[in-house]
Amino acid sequence: MSLKNKLHNLKEQYKGKKMAPAFNAIHTFLYLPNETTHSGSHVRGADDLKRTMNMVIMAMVPCLIWGMFNAGYQHYSAIAGGTPEFVSFFDHLKYFFTLDNLLIGAQKVLPLVIVSYVVGLAIEFLFAVIKKHEVEEGYLVTGMLVPLIVPVDTPLWMLSVAVAFGVVIGKEVFGGTGMNVLNPALTIRAFLFFAYPTWMSGDKVWVHQAVERAGTPDAISGETMLGMLAQKKELSYSIDEAFFGFIPGSVGETSTLLILIGAAILIFTKIASWRIILSGVIGALAMGLIFNGVVSQGWITEGSKFYDLMSLPFWNHLVIGGFAFGITFMATDPVSGAQTIKGKWWYGFLIGLFAVMIRVFNPAYPEGIMLAILLMNVFAPTIDHYVVQGNINKRLKRLKVKTA
Amino acid sequence: MAEVAEKVKQKEPLFSKKNKGLMTDPLFDNNPITIQVLGICSALAITAQLKASIVMAVAVMFVLAMGNVVISLMRTIIPSKIRIIVQLVVVATLVIIVDLVLKAFAYELSKQLSVFVGLIITNCIIMGRFEAFALGNGPWKSFLDGIGNAAGYGLILIIVGFFRELLGSGTLLGFQVLGDPIEKTGLYALGYENNGFMLLAPMALITVGVIIWIQRSRNQSLIES
Repeated sequence: MSLKNKLHNLKEQYKGKKMAPAFNAIHTFLYLPNETTHSGSHVRGADDLKRTMNMVIMAMVPCLIWGMFNAGYQHYSAIAGGTPEFVSFFDHLKYFFTLDNLLIGAQKVLPLVIVSYVVGLAIEFLFAVIKKHEVEEGYLVTGMLVPLIVPVDTPLWMLSVAVAFGVVIGKEVFGGTGMNVLNPALTIRAFLFFAYPTWMSGDKVWVHQAVERAGTPDAISGETMLGMLAQKKELSYSIDEAFFGFIPGSVGETSTLLILIGAAILIFTKIASWRIILSGVIGALAMGLIFNGVVSQGWITEGSKFYDLMSLPFWNHLVIGGFAFGITFMATDPVSGAQTIKGKWWYGFLIGLFAVMIRVFNPAYPEGIMLAILLMNVFAPTIDHYVVQGNINKRLKRLKVKTA
Repeated sequence: MAEVAEKVKQKEPLFSKKNKGLMTDPLFDNNPITIQVLGICSALAITAQLKASIVMAVAVMFVLAMGNVVISLMRTIIPSKIRIIVQLVVVATLVIIVDLVLKAFAYELSKQLSVFVGLIITNCIIMGRFEAFALGNGPWKSFLDGIGNAAGYGLILIIVGFFRELLGSGTLLGFQVLGDPIEKTGLYALGYENNGFMLLAPMALITVGVIIWIQRSRNQSLIES
């Protein structure tokens, strides 16, 4: 008997019982469900929620693999006292794709992925059984996003607490997948950030073992580029390195190149809205240009604590930090983002604008994309409301002109 | 004659079922915070520590019970047009008494509670009970109602304060129940860390929300249609 049949029999066996949703979920996760509609007209499509979610996961896999190698690369570079000199991308890969690097990555990153999925899906199954509905697929993407947006050394128990919080408070209380106001992955990250700030910021958390070794003769550290800028230190990475991803940062967000590949997959499969991504980029560039203008006008002097971030060439904001990752994978969340076409333009634009603004004006927390997306998540329904109202008013006016 | 006297007595036993209800209803099924959603601001502001929550609960209980009695005694002579002003004068007097007592005997706590003792004046629960109950009922009933509502308010404050202090600072009433975070004893030896988010106001709101959630899922009749 094939696995599919076995699963199907299990499903039939538990039909109408308490645990039914759990078995249904396993069955439909692995195979196409046997149930099909027989009557009426409906939209036909090969993709359901599960396939959509899996596509997003696949778009993130390059970032995950890069993040695993990068965990080791940053660790060994920090021990050696600095990254090897960067000449060209392909030349540099020989330092990067090594077995040692991968081993560190497998040790540190895979547990994050596993914990994130196990805790999150356990809660999803629990709620499905209690609330007697089918297990929803929403967590599949969140579970992959979470390990990519936390520092590599995040303690696993903290991650589980945060995932539990994010899934229950960020999603289930609103009614589960599709009903959440905030992006669950960012809710989880925001919880971690506010609950355990020492593990989410500073110059110790981005490199494996930096926290353990602090205070010993073997102490190592690794500051993110935004952290260096906020503290007015000299940048020790070039913008090329930042683009390809040879920099410290949260696990999966360092390589803008691979995020661009992910973005291409998502746009090609029409899962992510290119409008949100494009307008987000425009928003960030606009804010960057404004700050550059402020500096070139001489309104702000070199002594100011905002000087370094403000004078950063405006397009660099797209490459450094988590902006690219956030705008590609999280701002485009179809549930918590704006729904109308015009609304998407505004929603994305404001995310870009706020992300760079928070970056510059909040040196205590030099990454703004998380808070910018969460803020605009809250405002997305308002944006949609005004877009819809605007359209109604426009058409009412047309009606008046005709009747007059 | 004796019969009449007995009738009067029977009519009004001090703790009749109805009077008991005045005290116990606001504890759960008509809780001022979780059901009427009043007095939220102080519940968010001062519940980072259990001690402050308890003191706040006691202070509100004193003000509400006394105020209810005073308003109830004056209910026939207060002109309805200026009743809010009269109520404010009564509650302000009582709050100043509480504030001065705290300053005299628990200065540190009074500093911690800071402006929120003074803000008891504007606590919606107090004005709400004056308006809704004390103006239409006798002093004894009003007293019980005041105690009951303040207890319901205090109960939530203490629950929230308990969890916020335990998870946020790892202490209860100032005692390090989870071990010493600096010396790394107890739970901290295992790598546990205090949750700083619990000390911020949003987490108080979420804690109150979770209490409301649990309460309503246990008693479905409380859910609004």
